[in-house]
Parts: sequence; structure tokens; C-alpha cells
Amino acid sequence: MLNVSGLACSRGERRLFSDVGFSLAAGEWLHVQGENGSGKTSLMRLLVGLSPADAGEIRWCNEPTPSTEFRRDLIYLGHHAAVKEDLTPLENLQLAAALDGVALDERASLAALIRLGLRGREELPVRVLSAGQKRRVLLARLLTRPAVLWVLDEAFNALDVAAVKLLGELIAEHLSAGGMAILTSHQPLPVPGGKALVL
Amino acid sequence: MNAFLATVRRDLLLALRRKSEVLTAVFFFVIVTSLFPLGIGPEPVLLKKIAPGILWVAALLATLLGLPRLFAADHVDGTLEQMALSPSSLGLLVAGKILAHWLLCGLPLVLLAPVLGLQFDLDASALGILTLALLLGTPLLSLIGAIGAALTLGVRGGGVLLALLVLPLYIPALIFGAGAVEAHIAGLGAGGHLSLLAAMLALAVFFAPWATTAALRIALE
Repeated sequence: MLNVSGLACSRGERRLFSDVGFSLAAGEWLHVQGENGSGKTSLMRLLVGLSPADAGEIRWCNEPTPSTEFRRDLIYLGHHAAVKEDLTPLENLQLAAALDGVALDERASLAALIRLGLRGREELPVRVLSAGQKRRVLLARLLTRPAVLWVLDEAFNALDVAAVKLLGELIAEHLSAGGMAILTSHQPLPVPGGKALVL
Repeated sequence: MNAFLATVRRDLLLALRRKSEVLTAVFFFVIVTSLFPLGIGPEPVLLKKIAPGILWVAALLATLLGLPRLFAADHVDGTLEQMALSPSSLGLLVAGKILAHWLLCGLPLVLLAPVLGLQFDLDASALGILTLALLLGTPLLSLIGAIGAALTLGVRGGGVLLALLVLPLYIPALIFGAGAVEAHIAGLGAGGHLSLLAAMLALAVFFAPWATTAALRIALE
């Protein structure tokens, strides 16, 4: 259960948003909308604890964040590719899991890469893959890293039609298994239901 | 602890895929220390006197050469962000990165120093002390350097700033490191100098990862 209240953020002199509040329960998702520069990414970074809020409170299971428990339950995928170009998709997934202290066998990571449509590319260095394929490598982490809260910032960028549909399915599966998700996107999202938050 | 070892493994694997970056620092050390005997000429007494200082200054500069890359690549591609959000403690991951940096940039210098020291007509026992001093000193250089690398992360022209920030902090290591060899050659015994180096290392092992982590969190905001 995520509870956010009275959140405010400013960049320099400019107030981006203030008094943002919402709550998410198991199976719910939030679509953060707003024009370019309205502070969607700032809100996401603030929610996951990468930057401090000017005011307000974020509570995860009634405990203030950031805490180790929160980080264990959280997966955040931002604008960055967040994969190492010199490593293969398989090594990327395995090392990311090892850094997070999550046990992950090779079979599970291969299955995740195949589900994301990267069959035959698991042994290539990521640098030779296209932008969309790099994004798919990152998205494979959604399958290999168990987490309750998915915070995805513009996750649908650079993806082709099939991948957009696939990501929509992944999110729907995650929600029906009792997960939560916070998404930003300018496009309508292929995920049913969901609360909206306009900045 | 597994996350710590995984970080070391990751950074070593990445370095293996980009050997040139590691080799530049090592070659720099070899070339700089070899230039001095060539430039000064065959005067054993003078060379022996300046040897510890030159080897140590070259080690400082070679370490400095690799420092800007310590966090920069991870910062640019967003993996540092993922580390900061990892359930594993960021301090542990940072300590792993520092250890990997020492294994790649510090340990080769320690291993090469006895060979390069021969050019300066150092005898076997002085070479032993030099190697021991570098073995204690180079991890200290990596640890202090990591704080500077984290503080200058994302700053334009950060490389020069890093040198200005870190080199003054290297002075104690230089004094006691080079001093150990000089004291040994003068017959005074290097024990005191080496103990002080070890004490500084112990202090840095404890505090530097913590300070680096705090600086990284600020850089990521």
C-alpha cells in the first residue's frame, strides 16, 4: 500500500507541483499525465527516493520511505537505458540481479529475454542492439526481479507495436497478481482501469 | 556480501571488455618512471636518491588517470541510479567498485614497481620496502580518489577539478610512502612510516566508502 500526501517539488525558483497526493492499493495503477516540463519525471524520482521532496510524505505499508523494505519491493525504470553496452543481455540481467542480492538462474533470465523477443540475441553485446531492443533488455528485469511496485517512466518509448502490446500484458499480469504500477506516458496506455493524476 | 563481490566481478568483467582503458594507466606509470633515468643520465647516487619520490608521484598520477571513469560510465547509462535504488546497501556496492578500481589501477603498479625500481639502482631490500609501501598506499589512493570522483561526478571539466581536489589529499600518503623507502636506505628502518600508512589505510577503508556514497547520492539528485 502506497500513500502519498502533500508532495511538493520545485526546480530553482520554479514550483513544479505542490500538494500532490494519491494512494495505491494492490492491483491498482496510476497514470501520471502532464505536458512536457510539468514535472512527471521529477515526481517519479521523488517517489522512488532519488531526490528529496520540498514537502510532503511518502509512506510504503505505513512506513516512511526510503527504506530497505521499500527498495526491495520497488523496481524503477527511467529514461536511461540502465544496461551496460559491453555486456550481453544475459550478463546484464544476471549481474543486475546479483547486485540487488536476488538469486536468478540462467534459465529464468533466458526465459525472460525470450519472452521479450530477444531470442538469439542473448549472447551479443548490447551495444550492437537497436534502441528498442536495448529497452527490451531493460524491461526483461520486470520479469526477473520480483517487486510489488513498478515505477515506469516513459517505458513505452522506442518500443514497436508488438512490444507495446507485450508491456501492456506484462503490466496487466502484474496488477492481477496483486502488484501496483505508476506509469507516465503521453499516449493512451494499453492497460485497463487505472487512476489518473494530471500535473 | 554477495552484492559486494558481484560488483567487483561486474567491474572486472567490464574492464576486460575494454582493456585499453586499464592499460593506459599502467603504461603511463611505466613510461613516466622510465623517462627519469633516461633524462637524468647514469648517475646511480642521484637516481637512488630520487627513486622513491618519482615512483610514488608516478603512482599518484597513474591512479588519478583512472579515477574519472570510476563512476562516470555508470552515471551516464543510468546503472548508478539502479545501484542507488537497489535493496543492497549502496555503500557496499561502492566499496566493491573501489576494490575493483584498485585491482585494475593499483595492484598492477605494486607488481611493476620492483621491476621499474631496478632502473634506479635500488637494492633488493629497498625494492621490498617500496613494494610494501605501495601495497599499503595504493588502496589508500583509490579510496581517497573515490570521494573526489563522486564529488566531481557530472561536473563539466570534472577531470581537472578532480586532480585539484584529490592531489592535495594524497600528500600524506606520498610523504610516508616515499619516506619509508628513504628511511630504509638511510638505515633508519621503515617501520614507523609503514605503520602510519597502514593506519591511514584503516581509517580510509572505514570512512571513504561512506563519504563516497553520500557524495553520490547528492550527485544523483
